[in-house]
Amino acid sequence: MPTTDETESLKDQIDQWRSYLQRRQAIHAVDVAELEDHLREQVTVLVDSGLTTDEAFLVAVKRMGDLDTLSREFAREHSERLWKQLVVGPSDSGEPRARARKDAIVAFCLAVAAAVAIKSPALFGMQLNEDPDRSFYFRNLSLFVLPFLTGYFAWKRRLDIKTLRWLAVAFVAAGVFANIYPFTPRGHTEVLTALHLPMALWLVVGIGYAGGRWSQVGGRMDFIRFSGELFIYYTLIALGGGVLTAFMMMIFKAIGIDLEPFFQSWLLPCGVVGAVVVASWLVEAKQSVIENMAPVLTRLFTPLFAAVLVMFLGTLLLTGRGIDIQREVLIAFDLLLVVVLGLLLYSVSARDPQSPPDAFDVMQVVLVVSALLADAVALWAIAARISEFGFTPNRVAALGENVILLVNLAWSAVLYIRFLRGRGPFTVLERWQTNYIPVYAAWAAIVVIVFAPVFGYV
Amino acid sequence: MEINKDLIAASSTPIVLAILAEGDSYGYQILKRVRELSGGHMEWTDGMLYPVLHRLERLGYVEARWEVAESGRRRKYYRITSRGRAQLTEEHKQWQAVDATLRGIWQALSISILPNPLASLTPLLQGA
Repeated sequence: MPTTDETESLKDQIDQWRSYLQRRQAIHAVDVAELEDHLREQVTVLVDSGLTTDEAFLVAVKRMGDLDTLSREFAREHSERLWKQLVVGPSDSGEPRARARKDAIVAFCLAVAAAVAIKSPALFGMQLNEDPDRSFYFRNLSLFVLPFLTGYFAWKRRLDIKTLRWLAVAFVAAGVFANIYPFTPRGHTEVLTALHLPMALWLVVGIGYAGGRWSQVGGRMDFIRFSGELFIYYTLIALGGGVLTAFMMMIFKAIGIDLEPFFQSWLLPCGVVGAVVVASWLVEAKQSVIENMAPVLTRLFTPLFAAVLVMFLGTLLLTGRGIDIQREVLIAFDLLLVVVLGLLLYSVSARDPQSPPDAFDVMQVVLVVSALLADAVALWAIAARISEFGFTPNRVAALGENVILLVNLAWSAVLYIRFLRGRGPFTVLERWQTNYIPVYAAWAAIVVIVFAPVFGYV
Repeated sequence: MEINKDLIAASSTPIVLAILAEGDSYGYQILKRVRELSGGHMEWTDGMLYPVLHRLERLGYVEARWEVAESGRRRKYYRITSRGRAQLTEEHKQWQAVDATLRGIWQALSISILPNPLASLTPLLQGA
């Protein structure tokens, strides 16, 4: 009979062996359990025939076969396992599955709640597709969905009451500022409010998402990663929804039923808000099992964007053309900076801070610097004519955003170049980016709160 | 004497199905039975049995269920299905055909051309 010591050491050895097996993608937990049963029986039989437990374990493991070959055999039989198939949670049995299901149920309930929320004003006669109610929906759109999303994270991360109270205060304040001002219907300030409210509230979602880790660089970085993945999932869901809708309309049209009104007043609004929660849940459920897409896209597009910008600057220099200042040019350059910032963020988010600089980092610096130069040229051209154009609310908002992005990218470029020259660690850049997040939200909040009264609600 | 991999792979389906046709069983027990039946000639690497069982399960020849064994551990038992029995019959026929062919050629060889080149194989043939 094995002694207690031997039993203990056998247990350790089997634990270790099990953890080796579990790392194989093609061998699932149920298979590991099956193989472990086999191993244990083999050990028992060998011990009964006179071996010590250590010897028995070694023989049993040897007989089980080489792990690489075994894992290859499993992979051949279960080829689908090499493609991560994860519709709803991992297929392993037991507690994680129950938790994953509960998670899914909560997320879907919140998605439905968001859909109900966006339809509820209709009970009070607010029509989604008719003016002037349309602008009410437009201004408040984020309030129909982001509280539910934050609620999801509050539930999932078990936020404490104090944090919850602050998040609630933020949403209430947002509701107040979105609705107290006497906006000119469809005026500039109303549009600005509608566009900037989600940006400001996204910070609130982030605090909920980080769940107590907001003060840490890692927590904020995770939120950046989450935002990128959410954007991709949301886009994919939207595309799928578009295809579904197109088919639905088409087949119903064939039997003479027009679904357009149903689509306009039910499917579209409910889908738009519900999909945010569903997409967030998907990102959460899959974050550790699926490769993040945003960094992959970043890798693809960083060189392309860098090439385009360098070509643009080269052409500008060679031809001596000035930038033709149209009304929308500032917004176009803002968007360019946003894209460049996105490319920078998602390559930073996926980069191992410890690894030394490589060619891709140089590419990144080229991208950022050329974007800065292009933006500087545009700003120069605008500054020369700003008095002529006057300070409209749109232009001030766009200018503010441009300055914020410019500052971020300029300092990022400095930090990145320092890193390339070995004068500083990469983590400084990470910290800079994550510390900067509140600045965007603060500016968005300023636009929402201050612009309407200052510019006379035009 | 070691039997080569291809033969082991080709014979694994009928052997496992036949053993399960004797009664429900689980991995370790199946391997033990294979060892008994082959007199130790069929040495399967233990782990490799499981992908085979899973393939048979996917094809619908066997069904699996988890049970708690007397040792208190959860154990996966396999049972042959009616499809599996049909497949076993089919395999049986095919292997008989292969066997008959080989017997024919061995006999012809030992009678005509070579006096007795296969002496070393005779115990195996008798075993089979």
